[in-house]
Amino acid sequence: MDYLDYVQMTKGQRFVYKVKSFFTGIPKALGNFFKAIGYFIKKFFLGIGNFLKNFGSRFAKGDAGTKLSYIIMGSGSMLHGQIVKGLIFLATEVAYIFFMCTFGAHYISRIYTSKLVLLDSDVDAHTGYYKYGTGAIGREVMMKEEGMFGTEVVNKNTMDDSNQILLFFILTILITIVFLAIYVANTKTAYNTQLLRAEGKKPLSFVQEMKTFLDDRFHITLLTFPILLLMMFTVLPIIFTIFMAFTNYDVDHQAPQKLYQWVGFTNFAEVFYSDAKKSATFGLILVWTLIWAFFATFSNFILGIIVALLINKKDIKFKGFWRTCFVITAAVPQFVTLLVMRLLLDDKSGALNQAFGTSFPFLTDWARVTVIIVNIWIGVPYTMLISSGLLMNIPEDLYESARIDGANAVQQFTKITFPYIFFVLTPYLIQTFVGNINNFNVIFFLTNGGPEDPTQYANKAGRTDLLVTWLYKLTKDQSDFRLAAVIGILIFIICAVGSLIAFNMSKASKNEEEFS
Amino acid sequence: MNKSSATEMKAGYAAKRRATNILVYVILSVMVVIWLFPILWLVLQSFNTVDRVSTHLFPDGFTLDHYKTLFTDPDVPYGTWIMNTFMVAVFSCIISTLFILMVSYALSRLRFKSRRKLLNMGLILGMFPGFMSMAATYAIMELLHMEGQLIGLIIVYSAGAGLGYQVAKGFFDTIPRSLDEAAQIDGATKNRIFWVIILPLSKPIVVYTALTTFLGPWADYIFVSYFMKTNEQNFTVALGLYKMLDNNHINRYFTTFCAGAVLIAVPITILFVIMQRFYVAGVTGGAVKG
Repeated sequence: MDYLDYVQMTKGQRFVYKVKSFFTGIPKALGNFFKAIGYFIKKFFLGIGNFLKNFGSRFAKGDAGTKLSYIIMGSGSMLHGQIVKGLIFLATEVAYIFFMCTFGAHYISRIYTSKLVLLDSDVDAHTGYYKYGTGAIGREVMMKEEGMFGTEVVNKNTMDDSNQILLFFILTILITIVFLAIYVANTKTAYNTQLLRAEGKKPLSFVQEMKTFLDDRFHITLLTFPILLLMMFTVLPIIFTIFMAFTNYDVDHQAPQKLYQWVGFTNFAEVFYSDAKKSATFGLILVWTLIWAFFATFSNFILGIIVALLINKKDIKFKGFWRTCFVITAAVPQFVTLLVMRLLLDDKSGALNQAFGTSFPFLTDWARVTVIIVNIWIGVPYTMLISSGLLMNIPEDLYESARIDGANAVQQFTKITFPYIFFVLTPYLIQTFVGNINNFNVIFFLTNGGPEDPTQYANKAGRTDLLVTWLYKLTKDQSDFRLAAVIGILIFIICAVGSLIAFNMSKASKNEEEFS
Repeated sequence: MNKSSATEMKAGYAAKRRATNILVYVILSVMVVIWLFPILWLVLQSFNTVDRVSTHLFPDGFTLDHYKTLFTDPDVPYGTWIMNTFMVAVFSCIISTLFILMVSYALSRLRFKSRRKLLNMGLILGMFPGFMSMAATYAIMELLHMEGQLIGLIIVYSAGAGLGYQVAKGFFDTIPRSLDEAAQIDGATKNRIFWVIILPLSKPIVVYTALTTFLGPWADYIFVSYFMKTNEQNFTVALGLYKMLDNNHINRYFTTFCAGAVLIAVPITILFVIMQRFYVAGVTGGAVKG
């Protein structure tokens, strides 16, 4: 259908068309999404292929120094006249080999203890040491005591810490990745200086090279330290948690008192089907999380725009005063305002119910409504602030021409203001929606997920629990780390897929009907 | 159209406009009352003479005792909590601000091969729910013997700072590239451009970044509650105030909680009101440009 057909339609037809094209757009967006994934996979493997090709051809075309640097790092640089650089590369290699022998290999070997082993080397004259495990992370050393009535195996409590082994294993992998990057850089630089010398030029001296870190390679200087810390305290914990989802690390397998084991996809199966109550709980909480995210996002969005419009209306005075009143509520730290709200609304001891002598069940029977309304109270000032700025950006002549055409205030709002802000804020809306899926504060401080309902919910989940608050409770109160890890992964998948599809769709709709 | 009907129309239009204005004022007033009531209630209760949640909406009397209790009662060492939070906030503010500016400058104004990849990685890492890896971070800190310690808290807050580059990057993106190019022709290195040209131009974003990273530890409850466990002498303000409301304390310390909440909310509120325009610019910066 082209533009002319669209213009000729009546209002109703246009509405039907829009709704229809939204829903028919979903498969296309999904298709684009998978196409994008396919594209990235293809690019990834092409990238690997290219890399291997270059890696090999550098070796083939390299002189003795370059070839040698594939085995002894830095030898290429040294033979090509860059002594200090070569020594640094060599030192890196030595350090890595030393690290692997003393530290890395130990943890890699213990990441999966496959069978019961009796280590002869550990057998003592009087006591025998057994090391055992069945798919466990780490080893537990048992002592064999020869008594009068035979042999007894006792736990001597010399045991690995599964947490430590898993962590150091991941750390070893990360360090290996960094080392491989340095290794490749070593072969590249050896080849490049070889080419440079072949052209008759002199390679950079060490001091000159150091200076490039303040200029051409300044990004390395700026990024190295922040990225290393991110790897240590963000990437490492995330990988650790992902691995946890495939173990039985929970309250019965607490490190360091007990080892935990690899269990494959058992935990995922529990959440999806094999444990009826858990999977029902997950379903209920997921549905409520999505309902909550939808209402929390759009109620704030619409009300925030309306408040901003009211304040920014031409003849309204004291704009600064009105705005500041709302901003104050946003400015007070959320844990304070939300705790105040809980104290005001509590069913029995709440200030409102006590003052009026009632016992309205704000936080039990009506909890789901209450959290959405309190979220409006919390969130509207933010939306108001953001849309206030945008309202001033809307070109005034749009309104003027609308007024000349006889549009009233409501029409101006639905035809100009709302579409404009909606268009500009689509990325922000998607962000807020994803943010609301992870909105921890409102639920945690107001109801702590309650009211609890053990007949329908497993693991002490309650009717207002979101996936994130459930995750928090599982981690903090129940030490059910394996389940918490599964939930965390699922939240990530939901957020990632959701925002990718949404971005795809908003990109598509932008191309089709440009806002003018 | 004759003259009299025109003035009539004008008068009618003016009356209608006045009526809508009055309606708007009424709506705004009602909303402001609803929005400010809980905060007003908190402030009033902090001066109340009773200790527990009052059965009256408005205070029964006026006293400053609860503000004194905060600094004298050894059961609620408010001063210690403030000092703890302040220490953590200052150090993590300095380190985080530096990191955020470094990362966002590199990702915004320098061009290098892996730039796009890093941006995508940042996006993906940002999609993991923040406290999913709480237990793992705690295990790492345990191995470093820093669990429940303030220094551990500073490290965790600062180490994650590198991911918070979006707002500052949006700001750096708006500075014209011709500035860098001109400086480069004059022989300035990128290091020099960063310190001498870009940073002085970016005072607002430096202030914004410093303020947000400084305020973070004051408002964080989730991570710190898991991290500190029951190590009470290292509690931050948020943890301490939350503790005052548990079942063992609420009847004795409710009004003291109000006083403590007011005391930390006042400076934070003032800071936020000052920097609200940066906040808006930060969130919509990318959106407006499209």
